[in-house]
Amino acid sequence: MAGPVKRKSSDDSHRQSRRGTEESPVVKWVLITIALAFCMVFLLLPLVNVFAQAFGQGLKAYLTALTDPDSWAAIRLTLIVAAISVPLNVIFGVCAAWAIAKFNFRGKSLLITLIDLPFSVSPVVAGLMFVVLFGMNGFMGPWLQEHPLHLFGKEYPIKIIFAVPGIVLATMFVTFPFVARELIPVMQATGTEQEQAALTLGASGWTTFWHVTLPSVKWGLIYGIILCNARAMGEFGAVSVVSGHIIGRTETMPLRVQSLYEGGSVGSGAAAFAVASLLALLALITLGLKTFLEWKQAREFEHAQQAIMPEKEADTAFLVRKDFR
Amino acid sequence: MSIELKNVTKQFGGVAAVNNVSFSVNEGELMALLGPSGGGKTTVLRMIAGLEMPTSGDVLIRGQRVNDLSVQERNIGFVFQNYALFKNMNVFKNIAFGLKIKKWKKADIKDRVAEMLKVFEIEGLEKRYPHQLSGGQRQRVAIARSLAPKPSMLLLDEPFGAVDAKIRQELREWLVKLHHDLNVTTIFVTHDQEEALEVSNRIVIFSRGHLQQVGAPREVYEQPANEFVARFIGVMNVLDTEVKEGVARVGELQFPAHDQPDGTRLRIGFRPYAVQVSTDLSLYPYKAVLRHTFFLGVMLRLEFELSSGLTLRSRMTKEEYAQLSLEDGKEVSLQVRNYRVLAKEDSALPPEKEFTYQPPPTIAEHI
Repeated sequence: MAGPVKRKSSDDSHRQSRRGTEESPVVKWVLITIALAFCMVFLLLPLVNVFAQAFGQGLKAYLTALTDPDSWAAIRLTLIVAAISVPLNVIFGVCAAWAIAKFNFRGKSLLITLIDLPFSVSPVVAGLMFVVLFGMNGFMGPWLQEHPLHLFGKEYPIKIIFAVPGIVLATMFVTFPFVARELIPVMQATGTEQEQAALTLGASGWTTFWHVTLPSVKWGLIYGIILCNARAMGEFGAVSVVSGHIIGRTETMPLRVQSLYEGGSVGSGAAAFAVASLLALLALITLGLKTFLEWKQAREFEHAQQAIMPEKEADTAFLVRKDFR
Repeated sequence: MSIELKNVTKQFGGVAAVNNVSFSVNEGELMALLGPSGGGKTTVLRMIAGLEMPTSGDVLIRGQRVNDLSVQERNIGFVFQNYALFKNMNVFKNIAFGLKIKKWKKADIKDRVAEMLKVFEIEGLEKRYPHQLSGGQRQRVAIARSLAPKPSMLLLDEPFGAVDAKIRQELREWLVKLHHDLNVTTIFVTHDQEEALEVSNRIVIFSRGHLQQVGAPREVYEQPANEFVARFIGVMNVLDTEVKEGVARVGELQFPAHDQPDGTRLRIGFRPYAVQVSTDLSLYPYKAVLRHTFFLGVMLRLEFELSSGLTLRSRMTKEEYAQLSLEDGKEVSLQVRNYRVLAKEDSALPPEKEFTYQPPPTIAEHI
């Protein structure tokens, strides 16, 4: 009897409170219009424009622009840099997230702050840091020049600045928070009980990591990797400082876009947009994957919550009985 | 003797969570580690499992010192409070996990998992993931997973904590049956004294890291070793009395002073069933008013207020209640049939005293 009556009254009050706090329709629509207009003008329009410009002179011109040896070299370099820096950052990110989520130690908050450092430092400053460290007039530059690498009886000079290693270093610096940042909350939420359960069943630490830890954070990890990859391929500032813009050798895609656009020759503008369209496409794919993974992760989190929450207490009389003996 | 702890101490950052604890568990026993939260009972369980290492003292399993054996080498089954099922694996893979680690043959694994599913009455759930199971099913899977590799003992951390009251009751009965059928040495942690009394062969009671008493349920209930145990196991009326003119008094209540001099403070405790009630106001020495009646199923809990304002808790069955035609606000006379002197915490208690000058009790005892 009391149940339904009570529910009805609470429903009523809910509806009333919503009425009370809701803005008038005019305000609502004005706000929505402003937000949409901003997105159209500043985000969607430029994006469409990139593709329009890229294909402005036909598909053939577009393909020619992309297969130009120097542009092709830029695409290849970008892929190489991402292929080196993303896996390294994944290893680092997993280690850091593991340490932060599962252990308590001195300097933990310092480590968390350090991981966030690249977010707060301008990429140009990050690039300059490496120039100061490894450049010809830097701290390590002269020493590196005097100590070439000996491999199989041959001498290889170590060149970092204005070369691929510098680009990889700069990219790694800029992208290193992504994986760790994504993993820390997921790992903290998962806790250590599943791993302990695996240990009690006789599993070694390594088996536990592969079969229990990694699968339970996989969506967070993939999410981090995708963001990390997008940034690694799209980074301009830090890479620009250390690369030296040697066409065909140390130019990544973003740098290639800039040099083509500033080249000023006939057709180079369209070529710039052709390369840019690849980066824009990467952004769209990243966005799509990101949305999918967020959905997937939210669902997984819901399941995890369900797995922890006790079922609803059905009968309180049992509880009362407990203290009576 | 299956498991033995010798002077085990565990410190966390200088604080002793477990302090010089010694007890042993017999082969095939169903043992409860009982105590309020923070009592150290889970730490003891984890030290037996090898998930924590003792700061000092020894843990022995079947006479062998296992302090230096890792958790993997101890061959134990451990069930976590929230079950800790592998959420990315289905029920089959969860139960098969320990067998795969031990490199069982594929066909053997299949047979063993099928056997476990049958024993635990969870057939047909092999393909389900943990989030698709009810609380009771999850617990069964967790226990099945821990027992599949045939451990030498089963350790359960608050096994009934995460399910609702009704399922909890079923699970208790089921655990007793399971233990009876499998006869594997089982230790479980609980903060619920009723659960410990109902399920276990013997109980180890902890408080603030110290072992308070080890004994069978009836033993710890009827002969508590100290005030803590007496108050923790079951409900107790506790009164602080002072000896005046050779009698221990509080309000109008009087108890023998046990030869204590005047001015001594005695703490008196008695169970609710020790309070005898009559509607004949001249039958028992103390006048009281029934203030509240709590309905608890077959049993009722009653709160009486004495003329001096003291409140005493009693219990009786519905039938007795009806027979006395009691109701809230009714005047009664009552007496305390037997009691204990709870001198002070950590000191042994004298045996229960019984008043001899009263007619024998008629109220049935429900322990």
